[in-house]
Amino acid sequence: MNQIKFKIRRYSSATDTAPYWQTFSVETEPGMTVLQGLQQIRERLDATLAWRHSCRMGVCGSCAMIINSEPQLACNTQIQNLSAQMITLEALWNFPVAKDLVPDLMPMFEKHRDIAPYLIRDGGDLPKPGESELRQSPEELNEFLQFSSCIKCGACMAACPTLANDPHFLGPMPLTATHRYNSDSRDTGFSKRKEKMDGHHSIAHCHYAAECTRVCPKGVDPARAIQLMKRDLVLDLFHFSRRSPAQPCDTCATVDHDSLKAPVFTAREKN
Amino acid sequence: MKQITGNSNRIGIWRWLMGGRHGFEGYLYVLHRISGVALLLFLSMHVFFTGSRLLGQETWERLMSMTRGPVFVFLEYLVYCAFIFHAFNGVRLILIELGIAVGRPDHPVFPYRGSIHKQRPLMIVLMIVTGILIALGGFDLLRFPH
Ligand code: HEM
Ligand code: SF4
Ligand code: FES
Repeated sequence: MNQIKFKIRRYSSATDTAPYWQTFSVETEPGMTVLQGLQQIRERLDATLAWRHSCRMGVCGSCAMIINSEPQLACNTQIQNLSAQMITLEALWNFPVAKDLVPDLMPMFEKHRDIAPYLIRDGGDLPKPGESELRQSPEELNEFLQFSSCIKCGACMAACPTLANDPHFLGPMPLTATHRYNSDSRDTGFSKRKEKMDGHHSIAHCHYAAECTRVCPKGVDPARAIQLMKRDLVLDLFHFSRRSPAQPCDTCATVDHDSLKAPVFTAREKN
Repeated sequence: MKQITGNSNRIGIWRWLMGGRHGFEGYLYVLHRISGVALLLFLSMHVFFTGSRLLGQETWERLMSMTRGPVFVFLEYLVYCAFIFHAFNGVRLILIELGIAVGRPDHPVFPYRGSIHKQRPLMIVLMIVTGILIALGGFDLLRFPH
């Protein structure tokens, strides 16, 4: 068993006027994650230490923090892989600190909500299941599949050098979500979202530092999504129409939902 | 939009310089901006100096004699370096920002090889050309006396 130091930047908006650093000694073993180190501190040394986590397997996106000056998921980072005697932990940069390692992610989620992160169809609702469907080819799926893997952890927002200087810049996560929906063949919301892409604090302030892509724990590649959206915006400027959106397909055989019933619990059955 | 106040934990320009370990492209982002602003400063100075001809032969010659010292020649060399870097990196940025050099969307399978890897050969070639031109310019410009 090895001893390693955890140096943690602590702050509570309720009691502290300024953040301060505190060092803890953690007993490590091979395979142990930074998250497990934090749990050990809370169990044995200081029950007031705060951070967020839920899934502890890189799926929920709660535990992103600055680990040795790098935004990473605490549950996805093994202590021995850091090969350091001291691990420095801070709440995600570019977000207000709520307490200790807990960032206030609201600025990111408000920007996310503003870009309309859902399928938009001109002239009404999406077809109802069982009545008709919007067919999508595997190629069309590939246009956005990568960008839909985002778990909204905020690591990219902490890494972005533009956001570090302009708190109102939309940032990599909301911009990537914009392109994820724009490039979905079922979506017709491009012109609506285009307004958000105009002007200050928006896509033109991305200069491809690619820090977002470098740190993203899910391989989403936000920098790629943003550049592909810039291309779409340039094409749109010159009135080159984008591919035509998928049309409801009434004639093709609709899915027989009964035939799909598998002996597993589905969300539909729950309702 | 919500007002962002309190302990904002924004690291500002620190992020550009040494806060965190950047990737290579992160440093190019900083250099491109610095070289762009440096070129802008040079351009305004250049317009001012050449415009001094309007103030008569004497002023012009006095200003021109200032530009022959070694310090000024070295500063000129820095402007040359800034221009070469800015121009070649600018070509890379144009190709990237038109979505040409970043590749198609990919399946995010570990180890991730995204747009950074796609544009990297272009980046390396352009930076080698930049280095060669900066070295050649150095041999030529920094020879004394002229
Ligand atoms: C061949 C010549 C040049 C090329 C190809 C070029 C290319 C570029 C490109 C593509 C950008 C945008 C970067 C981005 O969006 O990430 C840019 C920014 C800029 N350029 Fe140039 N440029 C050139 C010459 C110049 C000159 C002569 C000046 C100065 C008078 C200049 C000043 C700037 C400035 C101030 C910026 C803004 C930097 C920033 O906001 O980060 N450029 N350049
Ligand atoms: S793009 Fe990547 S780093 Fe950014 S919020 Fe999504 S999963 Fe996290
Ligand atoms: S705890 Fe869910 S991503 Fe780390």
